Amino acid sequence: MTVQHDSSVYEEMQASEQFQELRRRYRSWAFPMTVAFLAWYLLYVVLSGFARGFMGTKLLGEINVALVFGVLQFVSTFLIAWAYSRHAAAKLDPLADELRAQVEEKTQ
Amino acid sequence: MKHETLATILFLLFVAGTLAITFWASRNTKTATDYYAGGRSFSGVQNGLAIGGDYMSAASFLGIAGIIALSGYDGFLYSIGFLVAWLVALLLVAELMRNSGKFTMADVLAFRMSPRPVRTAAGVSTIVVSIFYLLAQMVGAGALVGLLLGITSESGKVWTIIAVGLLMVIYVVIGGMKGTTWVQIVKAVMLMTGAALVTLLVLGKFGFNLSTLLGDAAQQSGKGDAFLNAGLKYGTEAQGIWGKIDLISLGIALVLGTAGLPHILIRFYTVPTAKDARKSVMWGIGIIGVFYLLTLVLGFGAAAVVGSEKIAAANAAGNTAAPQLAEAIGADIFGEVGGTILLAVIAAVAFATILAVVAGLTLASSSSFAHDLYAHVFKKGQVTDKQEVRVARIAAFVIGAIAIALAIPAQSLNVAFLVALAFAVAASGNLPAILYSLFWKRFNTAGAVSAIYGGLVSALVLVIFSPAVSGAPTAMFPDVDFHLIPLSNPGVFSIPIGFLCGYLGTIFSKEYNASKYAEIEVRSLTGVGMEKAAEH
Repeated sequence: MTVQHDSSVYEEMQASEQFQELRRRYRSWAFPMTVAFLAWYLLYVVLSGFARGFMGTKLLGEINVALVFGVLQFVSTFLIAWAYSRHAAAKLDPLADELRAQVEEKTQ
Repeated sequence: MKHETLATILFLLFVAGTLAITFWASRNTKTATDYYAGGRSFSGVQNGLAIGGDYMSAASFLGIAGIIALSGYDGFLYSIGFLVAWLVALLLVAELMRNSGKFTMADVLAFRMSPRPVRTAAGVSTIVVSIFYLLAQMVGAGALVGLLLGITSESGKVWTIIAVGLLMVIYVVIGGMKGTTWVQIVKAVMLMTGAALVTLLVLGKFGFNLSTLLGDAAQQSGKGDAFLNAGLKYGTEAQGIWGKIDLISLGIALVLGTAGLPHILIRFYTVPTAKDARKSVMWGIGIIGVFYLLTLVLGFGAAAVVGSEKIAAANAAGNTAAPQLAEAIGADIFGEVGGTILLAVIAAVAFATILAVVAGLTLASSSSFAHDLYAHVFKKGQVTDKQEVRVARIAAFVIGAIAIALAIPAQSLNVAFLVALAFAVAASGNLPAILYSLFWKRFNTAGAVSAIYGGLVSALVLVIFSPAVSGAPTAMFPDVDFHLIPLSNPGVFSIPIGFLCGYLGTIFSKEYNASKYAEIEVRSLTGVGMEKAAEH
């Protein structure tokens, strides 16, 4: 660990336009998505508690809304995870790597 | 051959194999980074498997299959919360923690705070959460192994608990994170293979028609269509509005608790970079998601093939539904010998499951004791790596002994609520502290300490005065009644309290360090100065 705790380097980097761009790319994706999947999950839990008539509606044979809704939670989880990894690889990693190299140059 | 004999042989093979790996791992465990974080040399895929092995406890394998087999759909609600929770870890926690921390959860919290109070709080919370979880697992292990191996005597169950405790301590003390991780990887592969095999056989029996399976399950359960909908176990209509609030409270704690569980958080440190941490959570989500879909088939399959009545007769909580299903479906397809073999395999998988999880918990709590409390609070950082690791090993012994000593008398009590309580404490105390640390500029020492103690204490107090502890037939102490709150799950109150305490603690303290925030923000997002993998 040769990185020195030179705080001015970090403050300078934090204030830079490039870092603000990285922060914006990360937060503007992760925060709304977190709100969205939590709301979607909460809707499912609340319906399971308070809308059992609706959840019990049979769609296909014995398969009812509750089961489909539950499986959709799995599907949305897989899709969001996949979408995040794509977003991170395309928009976050290259910029993060570049900024890390810049800071390391100054601190080592 | 009886299934007990075969199961014991298979289990001993697992123990022998994992002990060999543990001793092999110990040869490469020299530094603190090796002991606490496996040298940060695991690949994303390996760590993804280990995440699955660390997370999928006997409670989720046997417990959820059992809940589904007895109460139908409600078990599925549990698994959905357990899975969706991983998105919180993926999007907000895993990579940023890997970039800014070192060995424990407290490393991230103490980064820009006054280290001693914050590490004390985080260490206490880590040890409390891990011991609750550990206790629930060990008590479950005693009952389960007894059932599967036909050990019915009290002394037999006590010895089972002691054996499980000794094995987990050996894995952790000798193998450290490396040994523990390999035990978890082997277990994850065994668990997925076993569950997939039984699932395929069940689906095959029903002509791969899920609707037929569900119809038969509903019929055999004796509960009809209600079996395929929520409400037979959690938030039943008879419990009224509080029952439903309790259900929502459980749901919230499950989804927010995972990313605050110390034994899960330390897994992110075992890979070389944040990208690998992301990759491992992706793999973890895949494995855990598929596993819970398999459990759905296992649970409904057990109801359809074995019948709820027979399952409840073997174990009131339904914990033996999956092994009973394995025996029935094996016998159905391959004859009696097939049933015996499949039952033995699933029983061995269940032991492996318990061992891998308790080892992870012992490691998390002993690491936090040595790294946070001993090295940074008692010794103020004036210790060598060697001393710290020695203390971690001693702590693992002591925690193992405490867990054994508590689990033996707790056997006769209903402690199943301890897992939900561990999730509630993690969601109410740890998660607010972690999220505020990573994302809130103004956050400070008073805020971190208030969030952790506020969340921890409110969750504990609410549970002590809940029907989970007294005043209900299913309570830990069914014969007394001092319950004040009609909720068994505290999350719906304690989680907002934790976040609020963190907020208030922060704004009432003047402490504020802009340059340290700049450092953690830059480091967490770019990976500057992150702890590197060990070179061997």
